[in-house]
Amino acid sequence: MHAGGFAPSGLFYKSSRIFEAGVRNNSVIGWLLAAPLSLVLVVFLVVPIAMIVVVSFWGATEWSIYPAFQFDNYAFLLTSDVTYRVFFNTLKYAAITWGFTLLIGFTVAYYLAFHIRSLTWQIALFLLCTIPFLTSNIIRMISWIPFLGRNGIANSTLISMGVIDEPVEWLLFSDFSVILAFVHLYTLFMVVPIFNTMMRIDKSLIEAAADAGATGWQTLWHVIVPLTKPGIMIGTIFVVALVMGDFITVRFMSGSQSANMGRLIQNDIALLQYPSASATAVILLATVLILIGTLLRFVDIRKEL
Amino acid sequence: MTTISKIRYSRRSLLKTGGAAVAAAALPAPMVWGQETKNITLRQFGTGVSNLNEVAEKVKEDLGFTLEMTALDSDSVTQRAATQPDSFDIADIEYWICKKVWPTGNLQAMDTSKIANYDKIVGIFRNGKLTPESVIAQGTAPHTVGFTSGINGKDFVDEESGYMTLIPTIYNADTLGIRPDLIGRPINNWSELLNPEFKGKASILDISSIGIMDMAMVVESMGEYTYPDKGNMTKEEIDMTLGIFTEAKKNGQFRAFWKSFDESVNLMASGEVVIKSMWSPAITAVRSQGIPCVYQPLEEGYRSWGGGIGLSASLSGMELDAAYEYINWYLSGWVGGFLMRQGYYSAVPETSKNFMSEDEWGFWFEGKAAQGDITNPFGDVMEKAGAVRDGGSFYDRMGAVACWNAVMDENQYMVRKWNEFIAA
Repeated sequence: MHAGGFAPSGLFYKSSRIFEAGVRNNSVIGWLLAAPLSLVLVVFLVVPIAMIVVVSFWGATEWSIYPAFQFDNYAFLLTSDVTYRVFFNTLKYAAITWGFTLLIGFTVAYYLAFHIRSLTWQIALFLLCTIPFLTSNIIRMISWIPFLGRNGIANSTLISMGVIDEPVEWLLFSDFSVILAFVHLYTLFMVVPIFNTMMRIDKSLIEAAADAGATGWQTLWHVIVPLTKPGIMIGTIFVVALVMGDFITVRFMSGSQSANMGRLIQNDIALLQYPSASATAVILLATVLILIGTLLRFVDIRKEL
Repeated sequence: MTTISKIRYSRRSLLKTGGAAVAAAALPAPMVWGQETKNITLRQFGTGVSNLNEVAEKVKEDLGFTLEMTALDSDSVTQRAATQPDSFDIADIEYWICKKVWPTGNLQAMDTSKIANYDKIVGIFRNGKLTPESVIAQGTAPHTVGFTSGINGKDFVDEESGYMTLIPTIYNADTLGIRPDLIGRPINNWSELLNPEFKGKASILDISSIGIMDMAMVVESMGEYTYPDKGNMTKEEIDMTLGIFTEAKKNGQFRAFWKSFDESVNLMASGEVVIKSMWSPAITAVRSQGIPCVYQPLEEGYRSWGGGIGLSASLSGMELDAAYEYINWYLSGWVGGFLMRQGYYSAVPETSKNFMSEDEWGFWFEGKAAQGDITNPFGDVMEKAGAVRDGGSFYDRMGAVACWNAVMDENQYMVRKWNEFIAA
């Protein structure tokens, strides 16, 4: 990655020496080379986001939206205590899911990378992890519902084992079921990048740590974890962005009883309140960007990859 | 097939039928008309209740043209009718949706003189009265948004003007669905929905226009408040109504909210919920799994709804003629019989009678005990001999309507408050 990163500028340097008068020409070529990607990004990313920002200041009637420049949408959003509660809820889901996926993801990746000796088995077991992901994530999520229900498999098993007398209600349509589904759905997004960085850790470093008298835990904490940081960060960005933007998992697993920002947006869209939905989306986007910006301050992903 | 011969060429039909139309203009032979009809495709969308493939198949068989069906939930239907007028030819929508969508001009008025069975349409959709003595219920009663001033009208008029916004097709009286086996005592009032006895076992639907009316029925039944007009609440009334339900929600009264048909069926069939606002086909679906479920008539009466067919404003020429033909066919009885055997009512019951057996008519419409097995249109046995329909006859049920699904003047405020209730 390091060598690759320097290659274009090296080429540029060399070629500018050969065509001394061609610097301008080269910058034109540079622009042209960057143009397709920039164009795609402008058309499919910048313009839509700009539209969302613009529409967030518009007004809406029951069946139409009209151009305006008003702060009504933001005012309604920022003065309602429901927004703050929902916002807090969104962050809560993201934080708890992050904790669990990190713990499970790190353990799985660690096992695959350091305890499985042969590359063939590592690849085989890694592919095994991805098998559940060959089905739609909606199906994986919904299949929890009959399992966790009042008369579901979990409750009837617990009752027949004598652990509980009455069905446990909080298994389904609760924060528990929402987070369970999130962890189930998104752990792989943690496993993959962490496994990837762990595989590239030089094994001699671990030997060196052992030779220097470090215990297993010391090696883990002082050698492996710091070297795995970029993978953890990438996994974190995936999980946080996915959980904060989700609406369907929260809707189904909470029985529409809990809400996150995505649910607010979805409700607004269903009720034709596009400007209000846009305003919520802008706030959500800003939050996620700030969050990821903060995360990136801890680790320079580009440098460490 | 007769109306097809009066061809008025529109740009669209010319583009669509192309060469055939040119040939037809030169050689107007009946054979060519028949061929053209086959090439017509009408795109219909609406809520799941009446967007049934069986109807499309029968249309192909009886009328020759193709009907493409798309089923969506109520909010999506409203959204599409209001924002994408060119994406459909026929909108199968509810009357409260019509109140929202009609002012956009995306639908065109229908000339009642072209509707063969217009005179046989039940009074509810014409002057609002089921029988001459009936009192008109609160809410968006279908007749109040059923007529417009002229062919280009954008308004609603009170009298039968000869121009209809929607041609009524289907309607029913809704109430609470209960699991009698899990409740074990009689339920007679809407207020039972918030009875702490059913804490964690109640549910309400998450569609604001309909849910707010169910809530109003509950609030009145609890004796908390009597609305001057449930169908048109003030901001204070909206706050008060949603306040009571938010309180109940925080106390854990509700197990879940439902929005789609399958959610509604599963919540009830799995026993997660024992009492909730429900629609009749969902009751039928639960019962056909062998699980007892009753569409409980309540003292305060029913919350009713009606649906109808509207024509896209961009429909013209042969497609428009085909659409009128479809409407006339719709009211001629086959669809009515099909829908009535699922527990709905037809806008022209007397034509539907010809497509139902005497026993079916007696059970579904007259509220008589079934003589033999009652099957649904798909052949599944729904009721055994001796069973009586929940709520009784057509006149018992539709005569006890307390309110219609509604769109209020303060709808936007209500929608935002509803959103907060769901998020609370």
